[in-house]
Amino acid sequence: MKPGFRQSMAWLHTWAGLVTGWVMFCVFVTGTATYYRADISHWMRPELQAAAVEPGVAVERGAAYLKVHAPKAVAWFVSVPQAERPLLDVYWFDSFETPIRQATLDAGTGAPTTVRATQGGDFLYRFHYELQMMPGLGRWIVGASALVLLVALMSGIVTHRRIFSDFFTFRRDKSAQRGWLDAHNVTGVLALPFHLMITYTGIVTLAFTLMPWGITSAYRGDELRFFVEAGQSPAWRAAAGRPADALPLAPLMARAQAEVSEPLEMAIINNPGDAASTVVAVFEEPKGLAHRHPQVVFEATSGAVIARFGTLKPAAHVFTSFLGLHEAHFAGPALRGLFFLCGLLGSATIATGLVLWAVARAPKAGAVPGFALSLVRGLNLGTILGLPIGIAAFFLANRLLPVAMNERATWEGAVFFAAWGLAAMVGLARPYARTWREMGAAAALLFLSVPLVSALTTDRGLDFAGFDAAMIAIGLTLAWGARKVSHYRGPARLRAATAPEALARA
Amino acid sequence: MPDEAALRTAGLGWRWRALVAGRVALAAFGGYGVAALATAFLSLALPMARSEAVATATLLSFAIMVGAVIWVFSAHTLSRAALGLAVPSTLLAAGLWLALALVDTAPPA
Repeated sequence: MKPGFRQSMAWLHTWAGLVTGWVMFCVFVTGTATYYRADISHWMRPELQAAAVEPGVAVERGAAYLKVHAPKAVAWFVSVPQAERPLLDVYWFDSFETPIRQATLDAGTGAPTTVRATQGGDFLYRFHYELQMMPGLGRWIVGASALVLLVALMSGIVTHRRIFSDFFTFRRDKSAQRGWLDAHNVTGVLALPFHLMITYTGIVTLAFTLMPWGITSAYRGDELRFFVEAGQSPAWRAAAGRPADALPLAPLMARAQAEVSEPLEMAIINNPGDAASTVVAVFEEPKGLAHRHPQVVFEATSGAVIARFGTLKPAAHVFTSFLGLHEAHFAGPALRGLFFLCGLLGSATIATGLVLWAVARAPKAGAVPGFALSLVRGLNLGTILGLPIGIAAFFLANRLLPVAMNERATWEGAVFFAAWGLAAMVGLARPYARTWREMGAAAALLFLSVPLVSALTTDRGLDFAGFDAAMIAIGLTLAWGARKVSHYRGPARLRAATAPEALARA
Repeated sequence: MPDEAALRTAGLGWRWRALVAGRVALAAFGGYGVAALATAFLSLALPMARSEAVATATLLSFAIMVGAVIWVFSAHTLSRAALGLAVPSTLLAAGLWLALALVDTAPPA
């Protein structure tokens, strides 16, 4: 490639970083937002007030709805309402070949909810790992991009001769390129352990999509049996083919709860209505890193306990700890805030790297930039400012679209993509420095208008003060960035050198 | 970028591009191939419970892939890079073939 290991790694870092940068910027930004998924969902359903419902009662209500609407399903899932999500979510599979189906119910009545239809924070969460595409394709694109990012990270570390001193180096005034390089280095090195951790553990969350060959060779492709043997999932009990009455669910849930100290999260009813039906009580993760849920499995007709899950063997424990580290469910408010800041630093590292690529290849004054450079500049604008514009528009759509609208949740997503697409087209059509401050100002105004529009369209007072403060902070940061770009007049040293007194001294 | 410049000024830009494309293809498909073979082999060969071996091998596979990609881009020539992937791939494929013949993977009756 290049003479010398470090030079070839610098080349690899530049190009691996460029090709994966746009997708990974979107994945980092939406993933960072997902640390506050529950808060976003809460904000996006302003009609919803928390209602305390007994978990057992909630499970019965969900099952009653499913008995009417999905009597022939092979499995029911009832997700118990939580303080941060006071809704009753039910899911079911009509068969193993059909996709999962879902309904959101009012926790108090068990009837379909009347709050505005929205995907809430789940929209950004699903975008984070499947880009709102077909799941298979989206996950492969995200997974492959993350692998390229991991290569870019490793080669970036090798490239870095002075990793410690660069920690304290920021030469904003030396030249535009030095300033961007130092910004890239500072944001990259400051949170480097986080960047490595989040990228590797992120790949592990998609591990069996990207690398199913261990299960192929050792289990002949039987993924369910792997999870059963790993102690993460109960064995599937085939239907007996004859109907039988099941016991009420609430007492089973209470019996399971007596054994487990964590609160109930979900009930799973396999082969509902069948003589061989089983009921699984799934609990929240205990304190600790590992992403594992204690489970108690009952026979639905007799109430006998068939299996219990909770402890894992070492490798499975490490594997699930990787997932836990990525999702940070264990983190309290302070640690969650730190993860959020690290996520922002990661997004900034990618953004400054993308800009640096374009700045380092800027043509001499007066020369016309080539097609490749214009394309990169346009994609940079369309991604780094386009995605925030899309997110702000998504939040505004949540407040401004009529509550009773048909397919409302889909329309919110459509507004997100329309606003982003428009911004991307502007960026591609006008890839100039001026566009940065124009689009930056537009993005800032959109974010600053979110709390205002929310206050005018809802009556929740200061309930969402945290969310509003975040919107204002993002808006002000974007406004500050746009101002910085518009006031930038080239390196101070060069300005000084061409100033009359400097010339006189020379 | 000294050798890129040299190749370009010598009118050999297309040759440089073909070599880069070759490395990219080798890194993507060869790197994934080595990682996949290693995962399949280690899932059968590691001396631990089967589910543990699969978890360990799958966790390691991505580090193996990144190592392979770094190797492909740091080797002096494309053929050396290819040889460096071919040798471990052959060994892993032979080991996998042996392990598949020796280890019982049949589902319980």
